[in-house]
Amino acid sequence: MAQTLYDKLWNSHVVHVDADGTALLYVDRHLVHEVTSPQAYDGLKLAGRKPWRAGSVVATADHNTPTTGWEQGIDGIRDPIARLQVETLDKNMREFGAKVYFPFLDRRQGIVHVIGPENGATLPGMTVVCGDSHTSTHGAFGCLAHGIGTSEVEHVLATQCLITKKMKNMRVLVEGPLARGVTAKDVALAIIGRIGTAGGTGCAIEFAGSAIRSLSMEGRMTLCNMAIEAGARAGMVAVDETTSQYLRGRPFSPAGPEWDQAVAYWSMLRSDPDAKFEREVTLEARAIKPQVTWGTSPEMVVPVDETVPDPDNEKDAVKREGIERALVYMGLKPRTRISDIRLDKVFIGSCTNSRIEDLRSAAAVVKGRRVARNVRLAMVVPGSGLVKAQAEQEGLDRIFIDAGFEWREPGCSMCLAMNADRLEPGERCASTSNRNFEGRQGDGGRTHLVSPAMAAAAAIAGHFVDVRSGF
Amino acid sequence: MQKFTRLDGLVAPLDRANVDTDAIIPKQFLKSIKRTGFGPNLFDAWRYLDHGEPGMDNARRPINPDFFLNQARYKGTEIFLARKNFGCGSSREHAPWALIDYGFRCVIAPSFADIFFGNCYKNGLLPVVLAEAEVDALFYDCASFPGFRLVVDLEQQSVSTTDGSRRYRFEVDPFRKHSLLNGLDEIALTLQHADEIRAFEAARREQFPWLFR
Repeated sequence: MAQTLYDKLWNSHVVHVDADGTALLYVDRHLVHEVTSPQAYDGLKLAGRKPWRAGSVVATADHNTPTTGWEQGIDGIRDPIARLQVETLDKNMREFGAKVYFPFLDRRQGIVHVIGPENGATLPGMTVVCGDSHTSTHGAFGCLAHGIGTSEVEHVLATQCLITKKMKNMRVLVEGPLARGVTAKDVALAIIGRIGTAGGTGCAIEFAGSAIRSLSMEGRMTLCNMAIEAGARAGMVAVDETTSQYLRGRPFSPAGPEWDQAVAYWSMLRSDPDAKFEREVTLEARAIKPQVTWGTSPEMVVPVDETVPDPDNEKDAVKREGIERALVYMGLKPRTRISDIRLDKVFIGSCTNSRIEDLRSAAAVVKGRRVARNVRLAMVVPGSGLVKAQAEQEGLDRIFIDAGFEWREPGCSMCLAMNADRLEPGERCASTSNRNFEGRQGDGGRTHLVSPAMAAAAAIAGHFVDVRSGF
Repeated sequence: MQKFTRLDGLVAPLDRANVDTDAIIPKQFLKSIKRTGFGPNLFDAWRYLDHGEPGMDNARRPINPDFFLNQARYKGTEIFLARKNFGCGSSREHAPWALIDYGFRCVIAPSFADIFFGNCYKNGLLPVVLAEAEVDALFYDCASFPGFRLVVDLEQQSVSTTDGSRRYRFEVDPFRKHSLLNGLDEIALTLQHADEIRAFEAARREQFPWLFR
């Protein structure tokens, strides 16, 4: 019978299945960070258990780590509670071990969803889990990758398996060429705008179609990263030449004869032509414009040349209230033109958009220009130490610094503001991150989600502007 | 895992769709390395008028009198009534930990986000999905009758009014139901299949050796 990519990934990892469909699913790669793991290691210790296969663990500290002051070492983490969490991960790594651990200050430290792929620790055909909802990112490699809670982190550590049931198959097709200046981030936001933040609930989404095939691995990661914002725990893209080209020669990628063996297997990681999907949505790539969110949910999004919606035009009462509440929180009036929204801060970074391609695309916009005077802070936070080094080698850091941006150390930073990087109440930010929830980037902070190029353009103009216009 | 069998509890309603886990427990409280103590910071940004940080004396903070949990009528509540897509966003298990720590044992909504839904079961917090019209009716009841209670019976898979005049049935996964009714340790259950896991792993190592390097 014809199978989807998700069917294939699922079937190849089922260890045991009960009559009601509850399965034990084997986990190949377990990514660990400091925020969602301490209670899991603690539980393991309390029960006198040991990790089943410590060699499956790739760990780093990313959420709490500061993006300045690294010369002070661990003392650079001023908040004692945050510091204890980072040190607890150090301790757990010493006690329980891992395949590799990139601690705070390590040259290869970075956001867990950036370092896995760039080190070849995320490989096609794997199941990848992490106590982090943006684990869906790794689906870009033809993996079954999704976030789990801390109890499941403990369960995977102890048993190498998850107790789970199969999700539904959903396919999002994006066909045709993308317009110039339109990125994977815009595609992701356009999809969420179309299907809503619960549109993929209960589903694993495969992104397919010619527009997806033409995306780089960085673009595919951005897209799969945002699958969770459409409600789908897992997003994925079939393996092709782009995938294997990206992985060739990475530190943990297979090498020698195993490389050929792996590539031969990876070529099967795609949906069969007549595979059945329970849900299917198609978007025309050509119609997608640069996107800007205006509200407090990623589905509250419009193209840059449109206006903030008017709640009076919404018939559904719950939705109307949602719009009204979002407009109050965001300090916006109905029918305001997106291009009239002025900004206080700009954040380029996060597991969605902090890879080398993202920084190149932002730097291309910024080059030779200056950050607008009304923008108090424009910052670039590379996704990892390796991304930072690469960018510096290409001179991107100079372009940003010369334009008035701050060039920071890697980490999650102002995506969720667990460290010192945050918005103050009422501040408005163009952000390349993934969530515009109330308070996400700081209490009372107002987040507008955009692509790196759009964030860069907004920093220069001081307000949103269509990056395609040359502004 | 904490058991859940039957609960007769006061219902507290939050009339708002798409409530995310950042709202349920804001990030500054995620720095804790414990599973407990999150209750006083449940919905921190909506519940208090000042900015909350870990280590504050929450009893001395100014509360938002309009927020439902601060109203006397919902004191001692154990059943949380919510709108659709409850618990969306981050996978933080701190969200169900905070709800449990506050005193909730059950959340009723028309739909939940997947990861949050699974996290609830792991902690003895029962997430109940009812039809949108049924949830609407319960919101109406809460608004109309101070002290409105419901009886949630996991064995019977039912939610009923205390006088038994109305009864809604809900679906629950048989494995999850069994685990919750008996408060089972899922890791111990899975380890009963240790031989199968080892055999699977050995075969996988043979076929895809690069995954085990």
